[in-house]
Amino acid sequence: MNTEFRMPSLGADMESGVLLEWLVHPGDTVHKGDIVAVVDTAKAAVEVECFTSGVVTELLVEPGTRVPVGGPLAVISTTTGEQPHAAPTVAAPGVVTSPLVRHLADQLHVDTGTTPGTGVGGRITRADVIRQAEPVRISPRARRLAAERGVDLRTIGSTTPGRVITGDEVLAAADALGRPEHDAKGIDPQAMRNAIAQLMAKSKKEIPHYYLTEQIDMSTALAWLHEQNRALPVAQRILPAALLLRAVASACAEVPQLNGFWIDGSFVPAGGVHLGVAISLRGGGLVAPAIRDAGTLSAPELMAALRDLVSRTRAGRLRASEMSDPTITVSNLGDQGADSLLGVIYPPQVALVGFGRIAERPWASGGMLGVRPVVTASLAADHRATDGVTGALFLQAIARQLQLPEEK
Amino acid sequence: MNTSEAIVLVRRCVHEVAPDIDMESISDDAHLQETLHLDSLDFLQVVELLSSRSGIRIDEEDYPRLATIASAAAFLAQH
Repeated sequence: MNTEFRMPSLGADMESGVLLEWLVHPGDTVHKGDIVAVVDTAKAAVEVECFTSGVVTELLVEPGTRVPVGGPLAVISTTTGEQPHAAPTVAAPGVVTSPLVRHLADQLHVDTGTTPGTGVGGRITRADVIRQAEPVRISPRARRLAAERGVDLRTIGSTTPGRVITGDEVLAAADALGRPEHDAKGIDPQAMRNAIAQLMAKSKKEIPHYYLTEQIDMSTALAWLHEQNRALPVAQRILPAALLLRAVASACAEVPQLNGFWIDGSFVPAGGVHLGVAISLRGGGLVAPAIRDAGTLSAPELMAALRDLVSRTRAGRLRASEMSDPTITVSNLGDQGADSLLGVIYPPQVALVGFGRIAERPWASGGMLGVRPVVTASLAADHRATDGVTGALFLQAIARQLQLPEEK
Repeated sequence: MNTSEAIVLVRRCVHEVAPDIDMESISDDAHLQETLHLDSLDFLQVVELLSSRSGIRIDEEDYPRLATIASAAAFLAQH
């Protein structure tokens, strides 16, 4: 049986994505959960996992194609026991299948027999023909700039037939080389801004938010953390953020009414606790991918998961499941942040937990006034799904958990 | 390690963690977190690099001494 592998929805705000790269070829065997492609959303390049097991029989779109959510990307044969013929629909290497490309090759006197194909299955693309076309004319300025900036002239994708490489094209290529992280991530800051704008405007328009805050004494938690970290190499040290995440995960188990989605007029509780972590990108923008099954992780494991998630987010290597299924979001401003944060819920989630900076504050306890490290935890919740009483229970559960750092 | 070698090391480590910062335009007095906007994870990564490259043990108690490029270099040079 054949199944179509479709463009997944990588967040409520996603309408389409650009297929950046195939990580499989026709004939490859794939298993459910394997990463098969890289897709560029407005926010990040995301590694997309396969939802079925089988053999890839056909790749339907070429890298660079924009595909709407739900649009077919590849065909996977899920029939077991039958060896499918390897890639019957894909051209042999070096074969021209498009009449337009053949026409262009004739026009430019390009011998397609000797042209290397870079398209799917070795197909010769229009760009391949243009690259092969002779003579290549390079302006003296372009040649000088290329030498100065270390640009390989063969890599410049001038798309003018008859191909003249100009100095400006060399400068553009040099710029691209100088900023590899932008290219790799494929993040367009304006597109990301637009995506955030749309989602947040939708949230504020549709979700009646209510807000609660709670000041939490962090002295027990920080003392425990400090004790742990004393024995650990720097690479394994735990930040307070990991304890805050763990407290939220455990509160989700205690008060499940805030962990889930508002869909078609009613609350749908989530199966697991996948904590969306709001991560700011250096240079602007925000992504909130998930630490999956956070409730099952200890503080050191959560710390490792957080480090991994932040570094992959900033490198533009997130997985589809991390982008698509956070069940509640946590936003932590960290050391440099403000006292407290009242967040905007990511639809269709129904709650967002915010943490301000941990700072020393006067703290009254047992009739005495002392100085303690204190954090303000806040909850922004969807009033359609819950009322303030539930929200208050949730914040109290977080506060209680932070007094028991050694648990788990 | 003398202070000027330490400054070079600190600058290199910060650059690795935050490649978007133009280090040449940053003075040695720049505050890593306030001026360069390194968050706590970035800072931890800088500490990790400094510790592994210099072989010097850096405890949490020492973090305040790593506030700026110059103070971090002074800390490393003393050890």
